[in-house]
Amino acid sequence: MGAFKELREFQLDVLKEVGNIGAGHAATALSTLLNKPVDMQVPKVRMLPFEEISASIGGEEQVVLAIFLRVEGEAPGNMFFILALESAKKLLKNLVGLQQVSEEGEYTELELSALNEIGNILAGSYLSSLADFTKLHLSPTVPSLAIDMAGAVLSFGLLQFGQMGDQALLIETKFLEGNHEVEGHFFLIPDPESFDKIFTALGVDGL
Amino acid sequence: MIQNAFIKVGMADLNVTQRSGVLKTTGLGSCVGLTLYDAKAKVAGMAHVMLPASEIAKEGTLNIAKYADTAVPELIERMQKLGAAASRMEAKMAGGAQMFAFAANHDTMRIGPRNVESCKEQLKKFGVPLKAEDTGGNYGRTIEFDCDTGILVIRSVQHGVKEL
Repeated sequence: MGAFKELREFQLDVLKEVGNIGAGHAATALSTLLNKPVDMQVPKVRMLPFEEISASIGGEEQVVLAIFLRVEGEAPGNMFFILALESAKKLLKNLVGLQQVSEEGEYTELELSALNEIGNILAGSYLSSLADFTKLHLSPTVPSLAIDMAGAVLSFGLLQFGQMGDQALLIETKFLEGNHEVEGHFFLIPDPESFDKIFTALGVDGL
Repeated sequence: MIQNAFIKVGMADLNVTQRSGVLKTTGLGSCVGLTLYDAKAKVAGMAHVMLPASEIAKEGTLNIAKYADTAVPELIERMQKLGAAASRMEAKMAGGAQMFAFAANHDTMRIGPRNVESCKEQLKKFGVPLKAEDTGGNYGRTIEFDCDTGILVIRSVQHGVKEL
């Protein structure tokens, strides 16, 4: 674990590029879905104590919509696509074919299914571009959706890091739909052992 | 009215209090919030357990609050230092959910139920009766344990507030 604390500048840059490429493709996919421009922020690559990971999405008790999938293959990890509840509603409203959007806090089967599929498409484009970029074999599991406290959902992606320490290294990318109605966050949390594989695949020294 | 200040218990953390105070831990998903209480000595303890067994640990210095098999003995010991007796302790627990519905063949996917089982084994080992539990399901919980009353309040997004 000590090695993680000494990530060098260029290694951080490599991981930022991983986030850039992955989330960039996902943002393009979202933009196509919505037929609207989607802006993406510079990815943040940080080693964070478990407690602080949910801070950027409103804290541990903030209720969010989370789509989770496990990345399998040569560099396994966990991926979350997180939307604020208002954003999820607006995303549905903006999508053709779902005019009837139920009241706040309520989601119909159809809406949940649509959101799950959006998560699937976005995470899929994130991962496939990452796989192309690294030439690593990566495949997503079927996504699963939960609407719950940020702390409760994110902790599920920290179990692999939990065996190593009380911090996790994650790649976070935030993106906003053109007029900032929809805000989404991508969290890629590669398993601790996967970082070396990513670095090696990209031709830089590992940890 | 005097507002009790919360004594925060973080993820993979534990804490104890005596006479008064409310122990609180937020955002329990697959983690288990375990509380122990000695009503006579008015000593309470809470642990936010993340993983079932320390044998899987790969960390240099073990965070004993993180694993069920190390957190329970530590919690009992810390409470004993405050005058509690293990023989009078009663336990309550909440959490251990399966946040995402996956094929349950993945071991990590079953981490919630495994955390619950492991906590129960430890309680049995130390002869501490489990008085009440609100575990499992697929939703997150935030819990507060009042050292004055011994009541455990459980809040969740989908199921409101429950008292044990």
